[in-house]
Amino acid sequence: MTHEKRMRRLRRSMMFLNAQRPALIKDAYIYKPDSLMLDLEDAVAENQKDAARFSLYNALKSVDYRGVERIVRINGLDTPHWQEDIRVTVAGRADGIRIAKCETAQDVLTVVEHIEKAEEEFGVEKGFTLVMAALESPLGIINAYDICKACPERLFGVAISGGDYRKSMQASFNPGGIEMMGGRANMLIAARAAGVQCFDTVFTDVDDMDGFREEVIQNKQMGFDGKSLISPRQIAIVHEIFTPTQREIRNAERIVRAVREQAAQGIGVFTLDGKMLDIAFVPGAERTIELAKASGVYEGDL
Amino acid sequence: MKNAVNRDIPQEVLDMGYEPFQGSNYKEGKEYTKAAPTVRMRPAQQETKVLASIREAIKAVEFRDGMTISFHHHFREGDYVVNLVMKEIVDMGFKDITIAASSLGQAHDPVAEYIEQGIVTGIQTSGIRGKMGEVVSHGKLKTPAILRSHGGRVRAIESGEVHIDVAFIGAPTSDCMGNARGKGGKSDCGVLGYAVVDSKYADKVVVITDCLVDFPNFPPSIEAIDVDYVVVVDEIGNPKKIASSAARFSTDPRDLLMAEYCAKVIENTPYFKDGFSFQTGAGGPSLAANRFLEPILVKHGIKLGWIIGGISAPAVDLLNKGLVGALIDTQDFDIAGIESVNSHPRHFEMSTSQYANPGNKSAFVNKLDYVILAALEVDVNFNVNVITGSDGVLRGAPGGHPDTAAGARCCIIVTPLVRGRMATICEDVVTVTTPGENVDVLVTDYGIAVNPRRPDLLEALQKTNLPLRTIEELQKEAYAMVGTPDPLPFKERIVAILEARDGTVLDVVRQIDTPAT
Amino acid sequence: MQIKQSAMAGTLESSDVQVTIEPHEGSVEIELESSVMLQYGRQIKACVQDTLKRLNVNDVRVTVVDKGALECTIKARVQCAVYRAAGVETGFPWGGAIQ
Repeated sequence: MTHEKRMRRLRRSMMFLNAQRPALIKDAYIYKPDSLMLDLEDAVAENQKDAARFSLYNALKSVDYRGVERIVRINGLDTPHWQEDIRVTVAGRADGIRIAKCETAQDVLTVVEHIEKAEEEFGVEKGFTLVMAALESPLGIINAYDICKACPERLFGVAISGGDYRKSMQASFNPGGIEMMGGRANMLIAARAAGVQCFDTVFTDVDDMDGFREEVIQNKQMGFDGKSLISPRQIAIVHEIFTPTQREIRNAERIVRAVREQAAQGIGVFTLDGKMLDIAFVPGAERTIELAKASGVYEGDL
Repeated sequence: MKNAVNRDIPQEVLDMGYEPFQGSNYKEGKEYTKAAPTVRMRPAQQETKVLASIREAIKAVEFRDGMTISFHHHFREGDYVVNLVMKEIVDMGFKDITIAASSLGQAHDPVAEYIEQGIVTGIQTSGIRGKMGEVVSHGKLKTPAILRSHGGRVRAIESGEVHIDVAFIGAPTSDCMGNARGKGGKSDCGVLGYAVVDSKYADKVVVITDCLVDFPNFPPSIEAIDVDYVVVVDEIGNPKKIASSAARFSTDPRDLLMAEYCAKVIENTPYFKDGFSFQTGAGGPSLAANRFLEPILVKHGIKLGWIIGGISAPAVDLLNKGLVGALIDTQDFDIAGIESVNSHPRHFEMSTSQYANPGNKSAFVNKLDYVILAALEVDVNFNVNVITGSDGVLRGAPGGHPDTAAGARCCIIVTPLVRGRMATICEDVVTVTTPGENVDVLVTDYGIAVNPRRPDLLEALQKTNLPLRTIEELQKEAYAMVGTPDPLPFKERIVAILEARDGTVLDVVRQIDTPAT
Repeated sequence: MQIKQSAMAGTLESSDVQVTIEPHEGSVEIELESSVMLQYGRQIKACVQDTLKRLNVNDVRVTVVDKGALECTIKARVQCAVYRAAGVETGFPWGGAIQ
């Protein structure tokens, strides 16, 4: 995959796994999430951080993940662990690093600096290790735009982390997510302005599939690219909702074809099905077709 | 001598009078004369057949050393009958006993003691587990255990290969003359299908109940005309272990993934049409598959004609929703099954002969469309092992597995690729309990393999987006994950013979060469 | 590498392996208990030995209680226990002695 493709790849489902639990990390890819998030941070007890690194390294080196992206969530910059976390992640050739509790653009730069050192030390191509930032606090949200623009060569996206965010906002979980509204919206705006991907937080009640579905629909409507997950059971619903329907695909095709045809005849704006169309509609339609292709449901020829 | 599944059948087994397995339909059309029990006629007036105790009954049937006795397993892990009867037999000083049960399980650990003491010298069963499995695997049983499928057991009894001297039949209800039913009482198990053949072919029949009811206890599963004596005891079993409360649907994502694959296989193969028939086994993924049946039935607007086998809540659910025409019951696993067979007019009881006997003129399995079964191991020839565990110890049962696999138009085996560090898909199974020729589709979490003998099914499934692999690919993938295992160490001594449905020999189990625990 | 103290890594959970390392004069001694002893006992011992060799560890007693762990897990637990026993906390040689 080219670097550009790796940056912009499909990330509808990003499934968290505890890097310390052998039974789980060896074949999670059979559930076909788009990304796996191998966790060295909150899922791992304080006195097992070292064990988690050994498990992570050996898993990265021996398991064939069949094209599923491997992102490692390292410990926060306020812990003694993050530097060794970066070393093992780069040495293991993981696809990327998730920076927990990211609050400033400097956080990103600090991590990238250590990634570069590690890439050199371990013979990994410079720029290989991508980066994403997890915003978990009000300050992180305020600085979202700067964080998104901090490292255009590596930073592919940002995510909001609901648990810590809610705590610092002194709010609690509500169905419908009103307490998350400000955080989500600001982060989305920042991500789109910076041209990076944007992911929503985990839904912790794995038995409440109806509540989960509603939240995923809201995520899609708000414009998120994907969502963090904690169980394979959640993957199918996310893929279903984030995948364009055949109807949406057909519409997108019509838009792209129509604009091209009209442009060839020197016409820039016209009406199709009673709606005004011009070239501004093409990127959105192309994105739909791209998403359909990446999701494996595209049967046309554009 | 190599048989049709390439297993070596030792001369000593052939000398016992056995033929090697030569294909599932080797005996199709063969003529034979059925055996018959030796019975006493009772024309005189009778008040009751009830005796005061099991001991009295053992005396009354003129029990002797060397007899073959039988039991059913409708009480599953909650059975008390085998242990109650065996304790009396042993206390009374009898020895050289052969137990020919429809199945034996962990409830029967005390029998292991009697085996080690040399009192029980023969075991014939479908299932062999727990301590009994261990002592047999370590060579403590004087003669090789004979393991048969449910259908094969009936055939062996009816043909006379097995002669039962005394059948002890636990019954949730019985009247004073021995009309016994599986329904009602304190230990309701729903049906008594496994015991029917015993009642018809044993020389002596003793019904043991913990709930004597008024005469006549009609309609009977076991008829008084075949019963010699009735004994009333306090408890024939533990109701909590006879019928589990409904097993919660598995939420394990792996089980659900495989169950979904199963449903897609069914949906996309030619037998999936209005009125089709179906059976599941127990166990996580096959039970989970039930849950995915309903949506595809509704989606295509078709109904099941009938479901057979061990009945539990999911099948009852389909019946109550009008999505299946009838349930024909061989045993009930849970309270839902028991309640349903007690009350629903389209939930019927059947004998094991009607279910799966290859020796009669037609068993239900002969008309079965789909069956979903589990496996401990499956090899690259699609042979299945459900009986020998990863430590070489006997801990399973062929049950209805070989019967339904042989009968079903599409037999689906569902199993994870590996279990811990054990490869389920292997080069050669430790023991063949179901021959590969009867296995059509293998569903694993890593993909689906179709038996090359079924190009029709392969073609049908290639039209879907199911992840199809060859079985060799799956086996290689399994070994790549867990490493190539060293072979289990066995000694020479044969501890068990696996009979095929028709009484030929599928495989033998030898003594495991490890210290007995 | 010098083994200074006893250390343990791993759990008794299914698919995991618990490895205990103790200093031991003169040789590598391995005591193994495994739920898949018959099929994989030999391979597990070999994996432990190879991993120790790579880490240049020679004077240890290793107690292994295996619950069906795959090779990558066995290696990870041995490596972790060794470094704990050696008192090393940073600068691990990923890709070198650790493979």
